Amino acid sequence: MSQSHAPADNSKYYLPHGTPWPIIGSVALFTTMLGVAAWLNAWFGPGVFALGLALLAVMFIGWFRTVIGENQQGVYNLDVDRSFRMGMIWFIFSEVMFFAAFFGALFYARTLSVPWIGGEGVKVFNKIFLWQNFDAGWPTNGPAHLGPRADGSFEVIPAFGVPALNTAILLSSGVTITIAHHALKAGNRGILKIFLALTFLLGFLFVSLQASEYGEAYMHKGLQLGTGIYGSTFFMLTGFHGLHVTIGAIMLTIIWLRTMNGHFTPTRHFGFEAVAWYWHFVDVVWLGLFIFVYWI
Amino acid sequence: MAYTEHAAHDHHDHKPSGMWRWLSTTNHKDIGTLYLIFSCVMFFVGGAMAMVIRLELFKPGMQFLDPAFYNSMTTVHALAMIFGAVMPAWVGLANWMIPMQVGAPDMALPRMNNFSFWLLPFAFTLLLLGFFVPGGAPAGGWTLYPPLVLQGGDSFPLAIFAIHLMGASSIMGAINVIVTIMNMRAPGMTLLRMPLFVWTWLITAYLLIAVMPVLAGAVTMLLTDHFFGTSFFSASGGGDPVMFQHVFWFFGHPEVYILILPAFGIVSEVIPTFSRKPLFGYEAMVYATASIAFLSFIVWAHHMFTVGMPLAGELFFMLSTMLIAIPTGVKVFYWSATMWRGSLSFEPPMLFALAFLFLFTIGGFSGLMLAIAPADFQYQDTYFVVAHFHYVLVPGSIFTIFAAVYYWMPKWTGHMYNMTLAKWHFWLSTIFVNVLFFPQHFLGLAGMPRRIPDYATQFADWNMVSSIGGFGFGVSQLLFPYIIYKCIRGGEKATAQVWEGAHGLEWELPSPAPYHTWEEAPTPAQIAHGAEH
Amino acid sequence: MNMKKLATAIAATITLALASPTAFAAWTLNMTPGITAISQRIYGLHMLMYWWCVAIAVFVFGWMIYSLVAFRKSQGAVPDTKLVHNTRAEIIWTVLPVLILIGMAVPATRTLIETDDASKTELTIRVTGYQWKWGYQYVESGVEVLSTLDRDSNAARQLGSGIDPGTVPNYLLSVDHPLVVPAGVKVRLLLTAQDVIHAWWVPALAIKKDAIPGFVNTAWFKIDTDKTGLYRGQCAELCGRDHGFMPIVVDVRSKADFEAWLKTQQAIQRPAEPATPAAMAGVDAAAAKTG
Ligand code: HEA
Ligand code: HEA
Ligand code: CUA
Ligand SMILES: [Cu+2]
Repeated sequence: MSQSHAPADNSKYYLPHGTPWPIIGSVALFTTMLGVAAWLNAWFGPGVFALGLALLAVMFIGWFRTVIGENQQGVYNLDVDRSFRMGMIWFIFSEVMFFAAFFGALFYARTLSVPWIGGEGVKVFNKIFLWQNFDAGWPTNGPAHLGPRADGSFEVIPAFGVPALNTAILLSSGVTITIAHHALKAGNRGILKIFLALTFLLGFLFVSLQASEYGEAYMHKGLQLGTGIYGSTFFMLTGFHGLHVTIGAIMLTIIWLRTMNGHFTPTRHFGFEAVAWYWHFVDVVWLGLFIFVYWI
Repeated sequence: MAYTEHAAHDHHDHKPSGMWRWLSTTNHKDIGTLYLIFSCVMFFVGGAMAMVIRLELFKPGMQFLDPAFYNSMTTVHALAMIFGAVMPAWVGLANWMIPMQVGAPDMALPRMNNFSFWLLPFAFTLLLLGFFVPGGAPAGGWTLYPPLVLQGGDSFPLAIFAIHLMGASSIMGAINVIVTIMNMRAPGMTLLRMPLFVWTWLITAYLLIAVMPVLAGAVTMLLTDHFFGTSFFSASGGGDPVMFQHVFWFFGHPEVYILILPAFGIVSEVIPTFSRKPLFGYEAMVYATASIAFLSFIVWAHHMFTVGMPLAGELFFMLSTMLIAIPTGVKVFYWSATMWRGSLSFEPPMLFALAFLFLFTIGGFSGLMLAIAPADFQYQDTYFVVAHFHYVLVPGSIFTIFAAVYYWMPKWTGHMYNMTLAKWHFWLSTIFVNVLFFPQHFLGLAGMPRRIPDYATQFADWNMVSSIGGFGFGVSQLLFPYIIYKCIRGGEKATAQVWEGAHGLEWELPSPAPYHTWEEAPTPAQIAHGAEH
Repeated sequence: MNMKKLATAIAATITLALASPTAFAAWTLNMTPGITAISQRIYGLHMLMYWWCVAIAVFVFGWMIYSLVAFRKSQGAVPDTKLVHNTRAEIIWTVLPVLILIGMAVPATRTLIETDDASKTELTIRVTGYQWKWGYQYVESGVEVLSTLDRDSNAARQLGSGIDPGTVPNYLLSVDHPLVVPAGVKVRLLLTAQDVIHAWWVPALAIKKDAIPGFVNTAWFKIDTDKTGLYRGQCAELCGRDHGFMPIVVDVRSKADFEAWLKTQQAIQRPAEPATPAAMAGVDAAAAKTG
């Protein structure tokens, strides 16, 4: 490792000289993916996958520790800070586009493929020749009525139950993190710590409510990944979102721990802001989900 | 200044040696070199597969391959060329040149830079591993259409994950380019002073960030359809195989401009240099590039004219596709106008740029013909399409990569290369590439479908011609690594400016460019001198 | 000037190759004009596009080649470094292409709309793609045909068969049972697939339409009455291992001959449900809608 452990000076754009983490990360991702592929193909069990995940964790911890350490030494000047910010913004944009693919699938299914299978417009022959007994509508598990139940039925999770509660939770967490941010900028670390903790607690609360909803759907509602296009879009969208909330909440926890260790100053706190932006992104995606997946 | 002084004697031109240097490097020049070497290797891997394809197609009848293996060859050939050869070459060139051209000491996020490179060899290991697992390598075409792709064997998840890794790599590379350009320009290097290569890459980077995640989403849905019982692409569950095509081409069409926009940038550097005249219509070139990028988002379904879209959809995508001819045409005219009343000389970079100008335009014309939906009913999935996209990709993207390497190599190595051999490389490539791909227009029009390992006898003659062109082209490419190798090893010393007509910050630096450049920002005088576009 | 020679050679080849389709067998160089009014219009569009491209190429390449010759440094050319702008030229080379494109878009749009008009058909055939063969069902009469690669081609195409494809008539382009259709009748095809996506393509009809599992696509043709005979095509969507080996042969007969053939087939096959009235009512209603 040839990290430079230079004394604090930030008149120049800091350039690291050599780093072990990316190659470790590459090996980790390779191992993880090879492990999943092997597992899916039933070549061997999840051992390799788990090893990959462990390596991945090592990489993340090591990489972030290095960066946080450098940051605490003060080697990052404002230009570096701006690079980090821009990087984070464009990373979040790429995440938005990732979700866009799944939203696109949802809209396509709802407005085009399902009505077409039902014989709408120029696609009338679909109904006459292939799917006589299918009447298009939403939600649907398709003309073959896919899903766990023998009679092909399933129920959806109503918007104004737990999902509405979850909306309230995520929205409040958006408020709490903003309060924390203002407190940080005002130098009020007591409020900062409390509201930051509240934020990730709300995040984890969201995830556990979501998990219980999943349990409900899987056990009692006949709603699973395999429940036709509704189940597919539902679980894909909410699942990836849930994953992002989990990651966001973990990141919030980490910056909370850093706050407890006295990190971040009223003017310099990129780590905090990056996580806050990420959290807002997760929040906005949820609003989209709530409206288009649960509600209308 | 304690840190930099300390670094000056401790780290400055100190490069760790051996493997570890390359594994751990955060230097943009090292990483650029890694990318370029990787790209060259993948070009030969993908090219070797193309040779297998041309060998099987040399004459009618099945000579060597099982049809399924033939399909693997075309699929992996395309993936290797696009994701392994062309895209990494662009990122490699961006790494080398963008910091030097905008007066930055390095890329903005050097560690991530290393990460985005090292993911690639692992991604391709996953992909190529497919050849050794039950069921063989992916064989559903690079477009991965379901339901066919879902019939893949054990290589299916490997390929999906390989694509995820390639996507992650591209996204990180693109973020780095954007941040470097937006945040690391030397004072005085205003946006409209940036060389066009930097501009076209900036726009390319936005395209990458916008569409690579969409590809990741698309292949993720394939994965869950295959393994987890979702029905995104199956009508019985309410999905639609064509939905995949929409998502794929929403990525895929911008992708083809990702493969060509940096080429436009390089041509816009090379032609002025060897015309000894500033680029004609610099700003208009920037706007034309931006409009191409914008339009590329709304034309995707021209790849799907035969899927049975409603009339309104066909019309929309036909007309929007035709529009792209305008900004692209504008660029062609501006390049021509740059040569007009110039003082032209024909060194290897210029030769390749000129071949690009002629042959890309031919590829563009066939693209425009394909855009005419009713006519596309006859062209679609024939060798006419194969001819179209190889014209824009091989004498388009690949030739400009050659041009870029021949243009900047003296700056990288400090040596001039063997001009005579490079000119041989040019003439052989240019002649053979036409022998290889021009007859494919005839084959397509005469009715030969693409993606077939064997064909009716009336297609025999032109296929043989095409194969001969292919082998000739392939053998000629062996010159390229040889010339590079020789140039690295030695040769006539290059001057700082290298080419008489060259302008730009990179030419203000000595040749070879030192390991660290622009740690002290360029002076206003240097910038002004360089910015005489 | 090598560049010039090359460009001239290319231009000459293209022009020779495409401009005089009669000089060569139509199957080997250019698109076939086909046997329907639509296919001929599409051929016309193709040639229109082609000639426009040639014209623009002559202009653009001519301009470039002139520059390459006239402004060589070796001939002492002095660069005019101030020439980076010329508003009039720039407007011309932006507006002119727009006009040309409009000139292309108008006939293209017309033809496209025409191809979409599947109303008032007299015969409906359901086409189903399988890995790797085609199924045809005459909806009104219930007659069915299963069409696979003919035996000679199939034997010759095996790896290491030792059979010279040149000795097999219509190698890879003939089938055991062709699709029999009448000339002079507007025929509707309803395309679907059983397993993966295929595409039904017969160049002479200028029809290429994907056959997609779970969906039905529509296409139609009306063959000129004097164009009876055999017309060949192939599957045009990668559909797996034997994608290259699922040809299509259309046997175009006079209306009378066709009806005779259909009668015989009905007698042989005795389809259980010659025509389900319910389905037929739907087809008629659908025809009105798709029009
Ligand atoms: C570098 C890559 C690249 C580039 C730049 C392009 C450029 C274009 N492409 Fe191409 N294309 C591909 C790569 C590329 N393509 C690939 C890989 C495929 C196949 C994918 C697959 O199926 O596997 C494909 C397929 C493809 C299709 C689908 C064909 C089919 O499957 O049926 C279509 C249809 O519209 C199309 C159109 C165009 C058009 C209109 C342009 C335009 O951008 C071209 C514009 C340029 C010009 C027109 C020339 C210069 C202009 C002038 C000199 C001005 C004057 C001109 C006029 C007014 C006419 N392309
Ligand atoms: C950037 C992209 C790119 C590039 C550079 C190329 C380069 C080449 N391509 Fe490729 N090609 C695609 C992208 C590309 N292609 C895509 C997207 C497809 C569609 C796939 C699909 O249908 O899914 C395709 C499909 C495709 C087909 C159609 C297959 C089919 O439909 O059945 C053919 C057939 O001729 C072909 C040939 C070639 C050849 C001969 C080259 C040559 O230019 C390659 C030259 C390079 C070399 C040859 C390497 C160097 C030399 C050696 C390795 C030394 C050994 C040499 C000898 C033994 C002679 N390609
Ligand atoms: Cu059926 Cu290709
Ligand atoms: Cu496209």
